[in-house]
Amino acid sequence: MREIMYREALREAIDEEMQRNSDVFIIGEGIAERGGSYKVTEGLLAKYGARRVRDTPIAEAGMIGVGVGAAIAGARPIVEILYVDFAMLGMDMIVNQAAKFRLMTGGDGRVPFVMRTQGGAGGGVAAQHSQSLEALFYHIPGLKVVMPSAPADAKGLLKYALRQDDPVMFLEHKHLYMTKGPVPEGEHIVEFGKADIKRPGRDVTIIAWSNMVPRALEAAAALAEEGIEAEVVDPRTLVPLDTETILASVARTNRVVIVQEAVRRGGVASDIASIIQEEAFYELDAPIEIVAGLNIPIPFNLELEKASVPQKDDVIRAARRALHIQPTAIAAK
Amino acid sequence: MDEAVKRNAPSREFLEKIFRTAYRIRVFETEGIKLYRQGLIRGYFHPYLGQEGIATGVCAALREGDYIASTHRGHGHCIAWGADVKRMVAELLQKETGYCRGYGGSMHIADIGKGNLGANGIVGAGTPLGVGAALAAQIRGSDAVTVTFTTDGASNNGTFLESLNLAAIWNLNFILVIENNQYAVSTPIEEATRDADLYKRGLSIGVESHQVDGNDPLAVYHLTREAVETCRAGKGPVLIEAKTFRHMGHHVNDPGKYMPEERLAYYKARDPIDRARAALVEMSGVDKADIDAIEAEIAAEFAEAVDFAKESREVTAAEFRQFVAAY
Ligand SMILES: Cc1ncc(C[n+]2csc(CCOP(=O)(O)OP(=O)(O)O)c2C)c(N)n1
Ligand SMILES: [Mg+2]
Repeated sequence: MREIMYREALREAIDEEMQRNSDVFIIGEGIAERGGSYKVTEGLLAKYGARRVRDTPIAEAGMIGVGVGAAIAGARPIVEILYVDFAMLGMDMIVNQAAKFRLMTGGDGRVPFVMRTQGGAGGGVAAQHSQSLEALFYHIPGLKVVMPSAPADAKGLLKYALRQDDPVMFLEHKHLYMTKGPVPEGEHIVEFGKADIKRPGRDVTIIAWSNMVPRALEAAAALAEEGIEAEVVDPRTLVPLDTETILASVARTNRVVIVQEAVRRGGVASDIASIIQEEAFYELDAPIEIVAGLNIPIPFNLELEKASVPQKDDVIRAARRALHIQPTAIAAK
Repeated sequence: MDEAVKRNAPSREFLEKIFRTAYRIRVFETEGIKLYRQGLIRGYFHPYLGQEGIATGVCAALREGDYIASTHRGHGHCIAWGADVKRMVAELLQKETGYCRGYGGSMHIADIGKGNLGANGIVGAGTPLGVGAALAAQIRGSDAVTVTFTTDGASNNGTFLESLNLAAIWNLNFILVIENNQYAVSTPIEEATRDADLYKRGLSIGVESHQVDGNDPLAVYHLTREAVETCRAGKGPVLIEAKTFRHMGHHVNDPGKYMPEERLAYYKARDPIDRARAALVEMSGVDKADIDAIEAEIAAEFAEAVDFAKESREVTAAEFRQFVAAY
């Protein structure tokens, strides 16, 4: 299969869906002529024209709200927000309007709204451009939360997002745009709520999403050299969460490591851990390990930035702990 | 163009429609407050009493396929837009037959199918939502117009500028109607802004903007009608500030002691229902017996709606759990 970049896969999804459905349109800062800060929307203006591909002023609350309103009226807007940090300006529209609309209208009102944005640390862009804020959206009933780690998933999930009727927080990662992977051409749909086993293994389950998936895979490769076979499970969507696949993996390995880039406190990892202990307590041979970011805004300094979010070695150490392997025993091996 | 509705010679049919709408809102609010006081309605109830002329005049200038977005004081907009009073009362009584199956209540009544994007419990939120509906219409190549009813309080919210500006740069078919009732709960507009002529805010970003007596339903109608034409000619958006005043406190349980008596008397002397009734009588020779008949009919319609709501059932917790499963 041909390999393309994550950002190209996203573009392909938008392009195909705009082609397929004239209700799909996209607005955002610098997304038209300039093609967006991450080049996801390059070429779309030329192809679909200024009516469906529009630059906006710097007005996040307004543009998110306008997107939500357009969705309520039956269109299928994509609103691109440069950084998830900036989505905070539009939280009323996301939390009080988009998420609640369906219930408030007794189930009649639907909000096929997609907010695409990106988060994550690692660019030296400091505290206001580096957060991982999925837990905020995860906490709000009514929102779907999507966090693709691979180009094929990015394409398939975005296409699915543009065909369903609930508000979607489509959270990309700034480090993934240039990563490459095999992506099917044409119709390729990934439904929400279907986890993907990125690497099978019998000894320990590593649950990770977004940019933590490549990190977990690196850790799994290193663990394999020690004879430990880690299974890497990527939920792909946090809401809905594919607990079935997660629990089946836990039943095979009996040991769990959950890796999230976001801060530890109040995170999605804690919630997944609580689900596992509730549903599969007697399958567990060790306490669930959580590897997460420090409870701190992301600092600018490169070494401190690295220290603030999980690294490969943190995942490896957690897997060993889950397998009751003493650090000394490894050193002796 | 609706030939029957000529600016200076409104037909009896039209004037009667205006009166009926305004009066229907008046009855809904007056009787609704009684139901509230009997304990049949819970939560917040923000009466539209005194402001009926605005929703009545604005909605009369719209047509099927257009959209409205409303406020926390939204019963009047909903009625003027043609909602079924039965289903509105049922919603306030939290019944399954209500517009929102009893999940929404007073502050969230909506009728998406008919283009009413809903009341809103967040002051100011209807403005971006309305601009969004106008954007959706433009993207679809439709000439539908969207009206957002907003408030003096909301004009100090950031999204007021953000979304009206978006409507302006995109020439959307959008009409923002500020119902300037001069108070946000107990805070007078003069304390909330240096310039209480709120229509000027539109001018500052290049939006055609007007001020109108919100207690004069026909004046509101004529101005909105022009605004609609401006929009359909591709020259929107338009801002309309309609000056008005509440007849009572902010919500049912607010005595509104802070409202200056002289000002209240001034506006009560310019009651929109009286003006709609007078217009009907003076311009089309309808007599008192006809008026009495109309009023009795509307009162009976409300009484019927109450019976309907009382007889309706509520959604059960078990049914609700099925709904929750989709979350
Ligand atoms: C964002 C937000 N802030 C505060 C409130 C509480 N609140 C409800 S109505 C209201 C006053 C609104 O005044 P105005 O906007 O002028 O509308 P009016 O009640 O006069 O129709 C306030 C402060 C709210 N619902 N939403
Ligand atoms: Mg007010």
